[in-house]
Amino acid sequence: MSTTTTLMLELRGLNKSFQLHQQQGARLDVLRGLDLQLHAGECVVLSGPSGAGKSSLLRVIYANYRPSRGAVRVRHQDRWLDLAKATPHEVLDVRRHTLGYVSQFLRVIPRVPALDIVAEPLVELGLDMQQARRRAAYLLDRLNVPERLWQLPPGTFSGGEQQRVNIARGLIVPRPILLLDEPTASLDADNRAIVAELLAEARGAGSAVLGIFHDEDMRDRVATRLFPMQALEAA
Amino acid sequence: MSALLQVRQLSLHYGQRVGCEDVSFDLHPGELLCIVGESGSGKSTLLNAVAAQLTPAAGSVRYRQRNGEWLELAALSEADRRRLAREEWGFVTQNPRDGLRLNVSAGANVAERLMALGMRHYSQLRQLASHWLERVEIDPSRIDDAPTSFSGGMQQRLQIARTLVTQPRLVFMDEPTAGLDVSVQARILDLLRRLVNELGLAAVMVTHDLAVARLLAARTMVMQRGRVVETGLTDQILDDPQHPYTQLLVSSVLTT
Repeated sequence: MSTTTTLMLELRGLNKSFQLHQQQGARLDVLRGLDLQLHAGECVVLSGPSGAGKSSLLRVIYANYRPSRGAVRVRHQDRWLDLAKATPHEVLDVRRHTLGYVSQFLRVIPRVPALDIVAEPLVELGLDMQQARRRAAYLLDRLNVPERLWQLPPGTFSGGEQQRVNIARGLIVPRPILLLDEPTASLDADNRAIVAELLAEARGAGSAVLGIFHDEDMRDRVATRLFPMQALEAA
Repeated sequence: MSALLQVRQLSLHYGQRVGCEDVSFDLHPGELLCIVGESGSGKSTLLNAVAAQLTPAAGSVRYRQRNGEWLELAALSEADRRRLAREEWGFVTQNPRDGLRLNVSAGANVAERLMALGMRHYSQLRQLASHWLERVEIDPSRIDDAPTSFSGGMQQRLQIARTLVTQPRLVFMDEPTAGLDVSVQARILDLLRRLVNELGLAAVMVTHDLAVARLLAARTMVMQRGRVVETGLTDQILDDPQHPYTQLLVSSVLTT
């Protein structure tokens, strides 16, 4: 990357271990001394075998997991914030405006139709419901989710349909940093290509993307750089 | 953003037994905070102490009222506390029969809290009551029926309408979905979720159900033996619990 691009995310000396009190206090080390920089407009893909801590890393950055040591520095509305030390209210504000996360699985909310699940993050930012639904409809349409499904709760949708609803929800707010944990695992080649297009558009608009893609074709299509990871040796 | 409610070192004892001990937290406007823990962990005691239904032994609860002024609850007269409960707060009990008046109609149950605020115009009261019955998905044609003729789920929705009709700024809820069928629960949770968002309510909710916390609350407090053992973002607490007791709670649930 050129030195003129804006640094968006910086990890310094990141450690993560789990202390399992129900298993005689066993300790699981998943990340140790990890450093990473992510700039606006780039797409860094985490690579490495399963068990290397890729998903855990994304969860630590999203503040879903608490780091054991180190800093998760995020550029949030022109100031820097360390999520490892931020208050819950600060983390929520960063998630609303700056940091998006799309997992493999849609968290279905009973009785809420697909269109509203997608629109919700925009409504939370204060946008009018009608406008938010229009934007949601646009994304669902682009992702080939049939219109007859939009008014239904996605609990009974296929895995691929749920995944596309989840991607639409994750991308509806144009956030400066996007974390993607295999968001295309259950999609066919055509729909993967559409997701690749949407990600290219997000990057073009200045978003920084950090993701996990096991599919090699998808990885080659979206990655500007790979970040290799390895499982830690048992201590 | 400035807090709406500040709880500091709050303790309450039942004789020798601890109800809650040394509890502190802030609640911000528009925020729903869940208190989780098993039966006897002090959740409801804490809720009632914060809502001035029980008198704490030590500590303080401060509330910032509509006009921006901070009130120290312990320093208020009984009349002032009742005024607050009437004008700015709401309380939803686990058993709707505790929160409703069973001998008057559904419509009167909803209208009663408005009348307590001084609204007297009959047709306006009736119209508002009807609107709120619809909002909680009760057929407005049931407006003159007594709540005793309603199912448990309908009674709970009626209690929610009765509580929210005055547009309270702060609502306390004690296990509002416990004791209801799962399908009825889902409907009430969806309703609460929508109303909390639409009205921008701040709420403290006690639940033993971690899935309810995940669905409704951005922040969660975990209690054990009257003390808060862990507090933070709900998804952090459920996905990366730190305290042995929280780990036990989370690992005991089939799915959250």
